[in-house]
Amino acid sequence: MGPRVKDILLGLLPILLALLFTTGILLAVGASPWEAYRSILEGAFESPEKVADVVAACVPLILCGVGMCITFIAGQWNVGIEGQIILGAIFATWAARNLPWPRVPILTTMLLLGMLGGALWGFLAGLLKVYGKVHEIFGGLGLNYAAQGLAIWLIFNPWKPADGATMSGTDPFPDPAWMPRLGHLRVAPLAVILALLSVVVVYFLLRGTRWGLELKALGKNFRSAFLLGVPSTPRLLTAFAACGALAGLAGAIRCSARYGRMIPEISGGQGYLSLLVALLAGYRPQWVPLIALFFAALGVGSPRLELDLHLDSSLGGVLEASVVLAVMLVGGLRALLARRRAQVGMEEAA
Amino acid sequence: MEIEFLVQTLSSLVAAASPVVLASIGETISEKSGVINLSLDGSIALSAMTGFAVAFTTGSVWLGMLAAMAVGALMALVVAFASITLRLEQVAVGFVLAMLGLELADFLGNPFVRKPGPSVPHWPIPYLSEVPILGPILFDQNLVVYLSFLAVVVTWWWIYKTQPGLKLQGVGERPESAFARGVNVNRLRYIYTVVGGALVGLAGASYSLSIKLGWSHRHTFGIGWIALAIVIFGGWDPWRVAAGSYLFGLLKALGSILQRNPAFANVPTQIFSSAPFALMIFALLLISSEGVDRLLALLPPRVARRIDRAIRGRPPGGLGRPFVQE
Repeated sequence: MGPRVKDILLGLLPILLALLFTTGILLAVGASPWEAYRSILEGAFESPEKVADVVAACVPLILCGVGMCITFIAGQWNVGIEGQIILGAIFATWAARNLPWPRVPILTTMLLLGMLGGALWGFLAGLLKVYGKVHEIFGGLGLNYAAQGLAIWLIFNPWKPADGATMSGTDPFPDPAWMPRLGHLRVAPLAVILALLSVVVVYFLLRGTRWGLELKALGKNFRSAFLLGVPSTPRLLTAFAACGALAGLAGAIRCSARYGRMIPEISGGQGYLSLLVALLAGYRPQWVPLIALFFAALGVGSPRLELDLHLDSSLGGVLEASVVLAVMLVGGLRALLARRRAQVGMEEAA
Repeated sequence: MEIEFLVQTLSSLVAAASPVVLASIGETISEKSGVINLSLDGSIALSAMTGFAVAFTTGSVWLGMLAAMAVGALMALVVAFASITLRLEQVAVGFVLAMLGLELADFLGNPFVRKPGPSVPHWPIPYLSEVPILGPILFDQNLVVYLSFLAVVVTWWWIYKTQPGLKLQGVGERPESAFARGVNVNRLRYIYTVVGGALVGLAGASYSLSIKLGWSHRHTFGIGWIALAIVIFGGWDPWRVAAGSYLFGLLKALGSILQRNPAFANVPTQIFSSAPFALMIFALLLISSEGVDRLLALLPPRVARRIDRAIRGRPPGGLGRPFVQE
């Protein structure tokens, strides 16, 4: 067995372990694992409509996942990404409601404003990190609560829908503010193109620019990078803002391409999921689309569990989180074994 | 009438804060030994669900509480194994476990959603509960609430007044010197992380069996993140951590009082229920910010030092760092 085959097998091991875990859970609740996995796959891929849904569900995961690669490379936990999605959606909704323009200018404005809103919220998270001296997870969570509160207040007051049914969101946007879809399919080609573009752009930004390399240096060893003259504060702030801009774009796209309105749950946990995506990708943007596809398929397919088997759709989330956990644990175990082997080797040499 | 209303409000505040107290004290114990258990939010959800499910199926609240504690301890054991034995990044493992716990609780809890079930019986302490004002606030509660008081006192006494507590502090502050004195650093870290986790599990049970009875989707609503913030807020000191928990309870109680005020009729209820979370976290960030450093620098050094010590605490020196035995 060549080293390459061994690497691939070891790479698949965590997925097998995670599947073993969910299978155990399904058996424990008395459900047939075979039926459950089949119904998730069917729910995700049985028809062109479903496949289109999966592709559409990839878009926010790719945008946010790629964004999270930027902040993770800089050593930062941008948990505030949920709020950054919400702010992007709020800014885009403002444009859609207030600017009676034709399609091209209004869509461009919505997307740009969405990026601006997300970037501002990301910048704030960066400020809290730099000047707050508490782990950035807390600043991010605080900003998420604040963004959620702002969204709910807007939907319940100035943006109240005509029928008063606030839980289903604002009134639908005027037609030009809807991102064009592919025929009757619920996927907007423009959104997919933007998402894939973000992968390419961030890949080169992180690899080929001074900014990217300095972020990497800060993430690897903050203190020595700082001592070597990397301007840490501006780098961290721009990293947070860049991730926020991509998250804001995702928020704008969710309003414009998916719902055609602003809803209270506009971020829908996509930010937290994208955090898992970026962790699985090892902070490498080129891996994000593939992992996003896996997550999106689980997300679109698992509600079928409720219809077919009366199981909760959160099984998809369980599988996603346990794959990430298994990857971490297997990686840690391999490192532990390598340490043990090195120790034994040293003792034998001595 | 006014006094009666106040006593009633305080009494329900003390009860409502008990899960937060238990969880943040549990986390304090674990962080004092040097391990950050960031899985709290998922641990609490999963143990709340398990506690209710077991109590519902067996009819025994006590079995439910024990099962919840076991779940909390198990989650903490995974954190301990990953961070102590495997030396993985504690924050990363904890965060993923937090998400896993939430999803798992939703999946496994599905058959128990909105089912009426057993609850921890009300149990006024004889004599003490008849003391005017303090009696009804502190001693006319249920066992879980008394356990939350006990957790604070015992944890403080253990950490600061006993020999093993001294070792615990050493393991968290300067693991290398503790090891040099013959303390098994990693074994103690395992033990305290798991004990802390059991308290977190009890916090979950107190949610579903005492405060907000039963189980539903996102039943424990972000309480774990607040508990984690409160540990920092309280400077890793049990008394101040408890004070932080009650402050959060007060914010929540104020929210529900304001909500009933007609002046706020068109403010959505979700804002009142989530504002305390945002306020608590921003207070924490404000206190630890550099702005406070600048303000303190304006005061005479002695006063400044006192205020600094009163409002801020220093994290244990070895927090979040694996101990490598050379």
